Order: sequence, then C-alpha cells, then structure tokens
Amino acid sequence: MSTYLGMPSIPVYGTGNLHASESFPKAAHRELGNAQLRANLGHATHTIRDKRIAVVSELPDWEQLRDAGSAIKESVMARLPELLEQFEKTFTARGGVIHWARDATEANEIVAGLIRETGETEVVKIKSMATQEIGLNEYLEEQGIAAFETDLAELIVQLDHDKPSHILVPAIHKNRSQVRDIFLREMEGVDPDLTNEPARLAGAARAHLRRKFLTAKVAVSGANFALADSGTLAVVESEGNGRMCLTLPETLITVMGVEKLLPTWQDLEVFMQLLPRSSTGERMNPYTSLWTGVTEGDGPQNVHLVLLDNGRSAALADEKGRSALHCIRCSACMNVCPVYERTGGHAYGSTYPGPIGAILSPLMTGIQAEENNSLPYASSLCGACYDACPVKINIPDILVHLRSVDVDSKRGKKKIPTQMDVGMNAASWALSSGKRLGLLEKGLPLGRLAAGPDKKITKLPGIAAGWTQSRDIPAPPSQSFRDWWKKEHRTPEPDAAPAASQDQENQP
Amino acid sequence: MRIALFATCIVDAMYPATARATVKILERLGHEVVFPSGQACCGQMHVNSGYLKEAVPVIANHVAAFDTEDYDVAVAPSGSCVASVKHQHPMVARSCGDKHLETRATAVGAKTYELSELLVDVLGVTDAGAQLGSYFPHRVTYHPSCHGMRLLRLGDRQARLLGSVAGIDMAELPEADQCCGFGGTFSMKNADVSSAMLEDKTANIMTTGASLCAGGDASCLMHIGGGLSRQGSDITTLHLAEILASTLEEPASVTGEVRISTGKATR
Repeated sequence: MSTYLGMPSIPVYGTGNLHASESFPKAAHRELGNAQLRANLGHATHTIRDKRIAVVSELPDWEQLRDAGSAIKESVMARLPELLEQFEKTFTARGGVIHWARDATEANEIVAGLIRETGETEVVKIKSMATQEIGLNEYLEEQGIAAFETDLAELIVQLDHDKPSHILVPAIHKNRSQVRDIFLREMEGVDPDLTNEPARLAGAARAHLRRKFLTAKVAVSGANFALADSGTLAVVESEGNGRMCLTLPETLITVMGVEKLLPTWQDLEVFMQLLPRSSTGERMNPYTSLWTGVTEGDGPQNVHLVLLDNGRSAALADEKGRSALHCIRCSACMNVCPVYERTGGHAYGSTYPGPIGAILSPLMTGIQAEENNSLPYASSLCGACYDACPVKINIPDILVHLRSVDVDSKRGKKKIPTQMDVGMNAASWALSSGKRLGLLEKGLPLGRLAAGPDKKITKLPGIAAGWTQSRDIPAPPSQSFRDWWKKEHRTPEPDAAPAASQDQENQP
Repeated sequence: MRIALFATCIVDAMYPATARATVKILERLGHEVVFPSGQACCGQMHVNSGYLKEAVPVIANHVAAFDTEDYDVAVAPSGSCVASVKHQHPMVARSCGDKHLETRATAVGAKTYELSELLVDVLGVTDAGAQLGSYFPHRVTYHPSCHGMRLLRLGDRQARLLGSVAGIDMAELPEADQCCGFGGTFSMKNADVSSAMLEDKTANIMTTGASLCAGGDASCLMHIGGGLSRQGSDITTLHLAEILASTLEEPASVTGEVRISTGKATR
C-alpha cells in the first residue's frame, strides 16, 4: 500500500500531541509547586549538563562541527523535495515501502493498516518522538492493538499512564523510588521484594521486555537519520532494546519526520559526533543501528517507512523560523534551560518541551493553535540554549520572531487592547524622543513620593503586579541623568566630579 | 578620544549615579564625553515582547541621535542594550524593509561598545586600581549578565576589571552563569518561573558572604536587588561603573540611603 499524497501546496498545520491545552504560565505555576519534580529535575539536568560540557570541550573542532551540522541541515531544507524523491527511489530499490502522511491522522491510519495486514494485535516500540507527536500508542489502543514501549524510561512512563517530560530522558521527573513503586504496581510477575537499586530495577525491566522481544512479530520505530544517497535509515540509542526491535520481528514500520533526511552517507560523520556528545554527554552512544531496505533471510522482511509532514511544511514556509527543523532531538537545550529546569517538560503541553519545543510546537501548529501562543514567551532569552545547540539553531531569535508573529496576529482583532498593548504603545511614544522621555522624567519625584519612607515600591497594579510578587522597586531618583547633565555648566575639566550631594541617588 | 555616552533609559531615569560614574571614569582617563540629547531607549523591551512595529520609532530615534553626533566611539553601561543596538537594530530595520535605516543602524552599532569592552579593548585598562584610582574596600560578588556573556562575548572583562580595584574582596558566585530570571516582560508574563529563578540567584549570592552583588546591567541588578530587598536581605546591588569610579577620597555609596557628604557609609 503506497499512499502518495505529495507535498501540500499550502502549509498544513500539525495535529496530534503538539498542543498546549493550557497557557504556559498557568501550567508552570502548577508544576513549580511540585517540590519533588524540581529536586529530581535540578539534579538530573545538572548531571547531564556537566557531562556534556566535559565531552564537548575535548574536541578542538567542536565549533567547526556545529557549523558543518548547521550548513548541512540548511542545505537539506533548501532542497527537501528533491532529496525526499531521491530517498524514495533508493529506499524502494532496496525493498522498502514508502508511505506519505500529511498529518497525524493519516500517519496513524497508515501504521494501523499495516499492522492489521499482519494479523497481529501486539507491537513492540522503539523510543520515538515522531510516534509520540502523532499519538500513535493511543490511536492503536483504540484500534485494539497494544503497543509496548521498550526503552526503559518510556516503559516507566507508559506503565505509569503518564506522559514523557523530556525528549531524551522521558522519566526525568521520576526518581528511583517512584520507579520501583510503578513496577510493583503495574508490571506483571514482578518480584514483590523489588528494591530501588538501579541494577535491580533494570533487571526487572529486562525480564519483562525479553518476553516481549521474543514474541513480537511487528516493531514500530522512529529514525534519527535517513540517508538519501543509499536509502539507509539510522537509529541511535543507548540500551540495545531498539536493536532488538529492529532485528527480531518480521515487520518493521518506521515513522519519521521529513526533516530527518541527510544528503549522503558521509554527512553522518558530522552528526555522529554532534549527537551523542550533546544528548547523553557521551563520546559515542552504545548502539547505532543502520538498515537499508530488506536483506533476505536476515532481519525484518517487510520494511515500511511513513514519511511524516504534520506541520513541517508550515514550519519550513516560515523564513525566520525554519531553522527549528534543523533540530536533531539531542535535548541539550532543555538540559541548560533555566525555565525547563524549574517547570519540567509537562508545562509545555506538546511532545516537544523546553526551548526547542517553545519554537517548534507553534511553528508546526501555527501560532494561533490553542495555547501554543504562550510558548514563545516561556523564556528569559538568556541564550544558553543557542550556545548548547549542536546545529546552532538561534532559538532566542526565533522566540522573539514568534512573539512578533503572535502580537501581529492579534492586531485589529481585539475589541479592547490588553494592558500590554496599551503599555507598549505608550512606551513607544515616550521612548522615541529624548525630549518626551526628559519631560516624563520630571515626574520622578512623584515616584519617590509613592515609594514612601521605606524608599521602595512593594505593590504595583495590573500586569506589573507580576513584578512585585517577589521583587521591590527602589524609589526613583529625584533627578534623571539627562537633567543633571543639562544643568551642569560643564567646562571640560578632566577631573570634574559631580556635586557630592547628588551621589545619594539609588544604586541599582 | 571623544566618547558618546548612551546612558540607556533605565539608567537615565532610575540609576543616574551609574551614568555619572561612567562619565567620571572616562574623564579620569582624559577623554571627552558627549551626551547626544536626542537619545532615549534602545527599544529592546518592544522587540523582545514582539512589538516590532512599536519598536521601529524607538530604534529610529536612537539611530538618529547617534549618527548625527560627532564622536569616535559610543559607550553604554549595559551589555543588553549594546547587544540590542548591535544585533536587533539592523534586524528590525531589515524586517520592516527600511534599507536606509538598516545601513545607518549597522554603522552606529559598529561604533558602540559596552563599558568593560571599551575600557579593556579600546582604552587599555587592565588595572583599575592603578589606572583609575579605583578603591572599594568591600566584599563583592559578581553576576555576569546573560546578554553581555552570550551576545557580546564579554568573557571575563568585567570580572577582571572588578578584581583589579584596590581594596576589593571578590567572592565567587556559585552558578554565576545562570540567568537571574529578569528577561524584561518575562518577569511579569511568567512571574512564577522568573521568581523561581531569582530565588536561586539570591540564595547563591547569600552564600558568598558578600555585602553587595556587582554587575554590568542595571536591569538585572534592579531585579536581583528587588528580590534581595523583598527577602529582607542587607545585601545590595551596584553597577560596576560605580565601583570603578569609587576612590579613596570619593567612595561610592553602597546602600544609596547614605549621603556621601556625611562620610557615614554604613558598610
């Protein structure tokens, strides 16, 4: 079955698990209240952060590698249709079958149809962001097909009926005692004396998974890379459970976003240096599996690939945002993000959390989709993500760009302007002339009056109340610098010092 | 050298002592300081909040104020505002299709320096105690602001200048490279997350035993200082310009509440 739908002529927005169902500030407020989550996250992100810095600093050509990764991805995006057609030819020539999916619904239907053709009702799964994005497990369940996650952390999350909160470490929000409790509660035939020792927990998971590997006839995977010149797919992993899924079953169905393509086999050398160091902080990941179509008598004999758009064309159409598609899902940005570190991944709603999620989700769904317009504001623009990104996605610039898309999308559509609109308008008027600002600064003594004898302002109304919930504002000075400068009858004496009495002004 | 001062709106209106200190330092080195009177703001708040249309007149005003004045270089006591002048101004001009503004903004940006950048790279200051007479006998910790660190790549310029002040006792700040949580309107739109970031920053500052936290951006210092004040801490914040300008004869006011002329500084 090959459903060729082609590239849509107008951007089709992504569907599935790409949407925040509540605004980021609201979700963040709830998550911040979870002390256990913050402790787990703080510990985990700092550990990975330090490991990454250590292995990255070993490479003298790290910056050149980042440049190369960025350049390769940029060229892929520039000629994506051509590369996809080339890949379709090479993959098909080696016995694979390509399916094109416009959105989550189409992709889910294709995968379910392929599984149904095999007559199976159980599949094993390799950790995959694309299948989470489209909500495949939930869809299959509705269709009477059970999908078993085989990545340890995904297994933990699935057994707990929870959602992953990190793209590399899906169970980063759980500690080992919580994991033990989940296993005891949900895992069939588990040793009731199970402790929270990592080795014992891994042993329990291994016994559980081994039964699945040996019986499964169908596996579903994602892919980290696809090589257009050879028709090869690649999965990069740590545990080896992915390799079990890729080699043991008879049917292998891969779901992959169209942006994962690389032009040539040789390009892989750049990404195989960038990815493991950026994601797990390792020089090399333990298992890298590559497969090219069907090999008779060895491995899966039915090999399928679902090429997924689901909003990627929409992202590609945004000139200033399209480099978000360069993402190789390493998660370095979330590990260094001070916002993610405190809220965790669930606050972002979408499958893609953290800084990259804050740009990728609204790019794929359109800024107006549900609460995704709050995501670009979920950043202090500190820039740590840009520095950490192995393919140099300028996340802060794209965040700012999407904020302007959000603001512009609402212009003229609101009956009453927001406080922010009014403030920004007034500030634009006041701050676009030295004269006007100078005039307003004449009112500074009023602010001093408002601050009272404590010389600080502790409560402000409206949106500014956000500031005073945890911060005071000092009393303003009695005179602006501009005023002082004007009044000084300055003769250019190099040592001229301002009058001492003026030095009593506030310090920042 | 003829140096144009870009005071920045927050320093102009809220922390004039920082701009006066900047003038003092430059004049002490024998340079002439001019203040282009048309200046107001870099427009970063508008750009970073997504109000690009409203940012355009603010940016155009800055460019007009600084490309008509005659000077060798411009300086601002802020990493963030300089980064905006250098990176955002040409970008916004380009996105609104104003080629002429883009060219002029790029030219102004190329001549604009952050204070420590100017002092170290252009004016050759390596020892503030010896070259500026800087004297500041206090235990000080230092927060490197994100935009200076990551957009301007200031490296250790500010820290080295502070370390070379006579009498200063520098205390290293744990997790110094972590954002304080300010982020402009982020501090209001995402007040809870911002406050959580600030909490960790102030907790780290408190472990240093410093009596004040120095930095190169008044906005971040207002944020950190506002948090310390709310938490009832005696620790204050102070811009590095004021520490560099401070001398034995004319010490900087640490708390802001004590008149220098009384000679009764609390710390």
